[in-house]
Amino acid sequence: MLSYILKRLLGAVPTVFIIITLAFFLIRAAPGGPFDSDRAVPPQVEENLNKKFHLDEPLIQQYGRYLWDVVRGDLGPSFQYRDYTVNELIASGFPVSVRLGLSAILLAVMVGGTAGIIAALRQNSATDYGVMTFAMLGISIPNFVVAPLLILVFAVYLDWLPAGGWNNGAFANTVLPTISLALLYIAFVARIARGAMIEVLHSNYIRTARAKGLPSWKVILKHGIKPAMLPVVSYLGPASVAVITGSVVIEQIYGIPGVGRYFVQGALNRDYTLVMGVVICYGALIISFNLLVDILYAWLDPKVRYS
Amino acid sequence: MTTSAVTFSSDNFARQCGQRIRLVLLLAVVLSGLSHTAGAQPPPGTELAEEQVLHRGNSREPQSLDPHIAEGVESSHIQRDLFESLVGEAANGDLVPAVATHWDISDDRLRYTFHLREDAKWSNGDPVTAHDFVFSWRRLVDPATGSRYSMMLAPVRNAEAIISGELPTGDLGVVAINDRTLQVSLHTVTPYFLSMLTHATVYPVHPPSVNKHGDRFTRPGNLISNGAYVLDEWQVQSHVKLVRNPLYWDNENTTINEVYFYPTEDLNAMVLRYRAGGMDMTSEELPVSQLDRLRETLEGELYISPWLGIYYYGFNLTKPPFADQPKLRQALSMTIDREIITDKVLGNGVLPAYGFVPPGVLDYEGYEYPWKDMDREAQIAEAKRLYHEAGYSKDNPLRVELRYNTEQNHKKIALAISAMWRQHLGVVTEIINQEWKVFLDVRAQKQITQAFRLGWIGDYNDAYTFLELGLSNNGQNDTGYNDPAYDRLLADSFQTETVAERAAVMRKAEEHFLGDYPVAPIYYYVTARLIKPYVGGFKSNIMDHHHTKYFYIKAH
Repeated sequence: MLSYILKRLLGAVPTVFIIITLAFFLIRAAPGGPFDSDRAVPPQVEENLNKKFHLDEPLIQQYGRYLWDVVRGDLGPSFQYRDYTVNELIASGFPVSVRLGLSAILLAVMVGGTAGIIAALRQNSATDYGVMTFAMLGISIPNFVVAPLLILVFAVYLDWLPAGGWNNGAFANTVLPTISLALLYIAFVARIARGAMIEVLHSNYIRTARAKGLPSWKVILKHGIKPAMLPVVSYLGPASVAVITGSVVIEQIYGIPGVGRYFVQGALNRDYTLVMGVVICYGALIISFNLLVDILYAWLDPKVRYS
Repeated sequence: MTTSAVTFSSDNFARQCGQRIRLVLLLAVVLSGLSHTAGAQPPPGTELAEEQVLHRGNSREPQSLDPHIAEGVESSHIQRDLFESLVGEAANGDLVPAVATHWDISDDRLRYTFHLREDAKWSNGDPVTAHDFVFSWRRLVDPATGSRYSMMLAPVRNAEAIISGELPTGDLGVVAINDRTLQVSLHTVTPYFLSMLTHATVYPVHPPSVNKHGDRFTRPGNLISNGAYVLDEWQVQSHVKLVRNPLYWDNENTTINEVYFYPTEDLNAMVLRYRAGGMDMTSEELPVSQLDRLRETLEGELYISPWLGIYYYGFNLTKPPFADQPKLRQALSMTIDREIITDKVLGNGVLPAYGFVPPGVLDYEGYEYPWKDMDREAQIAEAKRLYHEAGYSKDNPLRVELRYNTEQNHKKIALAISAMWRQHLGVVTEIINQEWKVFLDVRAQKQITQAFRLGWIGDYNDAYTFLELGLSNNGQNDTGYNDPAYDRLLADSFQTETVAERAAVMRKAEEHFLGDYPVAPIYYYVTARLIKPYVGGFKSNIMDHHHTKYFYIKAH
């Protein structure tokens, strides 16, 4: 197992290298530069700025310099937020995004998983239709509609929760963003769990367990849930990444200092180093989550073994 | 010293905005060196809330808190609380003494001597000295600093040569005669120099902490400032928190103890946060689609006021179809129904523009096209005549590309204007939107542009900040307007003796510029804000500068 993990990690190095290379040249290919604004500056000032940030060097030299810096763990200064380095910005934004994303995923698995299993056990009943209708709604209503609605109800009308802001991560400030972010995933998880559970309930070993006279709850808890969760787990890898990287809308609406906003604004501002930093960060995240899911899979599914 | 504060709530706004908004000022009074306290206390009898904490919406994450690096209003709103210049502003925008108690101006108007107050202190207790200003301004013009706004000091002797690396920073025309006396030499008479000194770029920085911390001197814990507030917390993309500076010379006239600034890019979400009580005042822009509803539901809390800015279209004068075609450009400009744009398309209180310098600028009455008062049919008839004289007709229509940067309101305006052009002249317009940085690039190159969107917010309260956009060597001159007569008129404006004389020369320049139709003015900007009824001390001003030290929270 350990050698498998090591092999996978080593295999990730060229992937990250390719990601860096592509991103480096792609962002620079976009017209306009980090210091363009509607307020023209004297050419000399422009030159000074380019010199300060090494933008006056040939592209290949900049690339070499950047790679060397990345190897040493230095992602460079931000061109836009000039008081900060990219390392600092990511160090402050990334934990926020991860915390928000993982709480949303946790919520999605708990609520969605439970709802899906209950729906499967009562297949074609009112409960089942209710859960599936809710799931369809969750999938089809975009979060930029859900989020303001939740704010309107729970912050403006009922005054139970703050309407936005991070407030250094106070619990009350995380409730609405987590729910807004989780809704879509609750729906997906519920649908996947329901489908998987129905399939499992029809399989031979469940019938055997029932025939042996085991009580129904034991059949489901001991033999049913674990295999039914397999498709959910394989979905969780990409979903966790998507929820962490794709929370930019939620971050914007709730004013949350996550890394998603850096990505979008960095691209718009041509903040090359910040965009690169976030890309590397996302790349590492995707690679490690895929690895994590594969390991989890081996634990859940006795048919899968890595050696 | 009389001033008319230009505060109006939405309902009487329509009535008032037709009138010329005039700020009566002042320069002469200030020049005579009056001593006037900048602080503002709540009116007697006001019952104050126990907790004096203000939560302000602030458009975007500040780029930097370093005065010499930052640009953009989101940074300067915060810097105004942290730092203080030689000259300050009252709540309504009038110039008042700040770190300098008074100043003398030499007879040739080239030498300013500022006398610094004894009790001006940095937040660590160090006195604010003339040497600090020398250090700060040298740092600002030093090419190594990489400031994008260093040209704010361009009137100071040798500043431009230092910025372009031809002279060492020590040659800047700023000298500390002693700890309390600062002498500034200008290379040319600059009537708006004092007004420029209120700009955030010229704020002083604390030399020992800049030397010690370098790029990190603006961090909480490192930042030593000389304003009414000091930096307490800064979480990027979340908030900046400032607390009162007990060593500030006018601290006893400050009421608010803590102030938070929140980046609020999503305007709708900002309004929700405001309504839920998470913010006491919003940023200067509200979502256009919600304004009508806000007017009804939050009537007393909505403040719309003129802002020093103009939204306009430019024509590329270096390429066909607009090169050497003043009549065509005039025809297109006259065909734009500005009232439809301001009232129907936008409906957010902006004012139709028939001139180039926004109303309300200090000591200046702008020029407006005489055809402003013609009725609409006559305007269109005249436009048609000019269009035909320029060689176009219904059968041989003008085909033009109209370019703007991708944004909802720009799109609405471009669609409306192209419809007006088509309806009245038969012009075939291709509307092209581009992402901001691409648009900037294309616009500045003047190679493929024809007609395009422009906008400008003045840097200081003077007509020159707008008129200089038409100078042949100006970096923002994206139309390619190049008229020696115009350049000469603006140069002449510096040689005038009196305020009135200067205003007259500049007005002549504005008339000359507009008469050539390099641009089509569309509207003058306004700011639109929501402010809770319990927040006192807000006064609109055309620069949209609002120091937290003038605010107070009433008991509620």
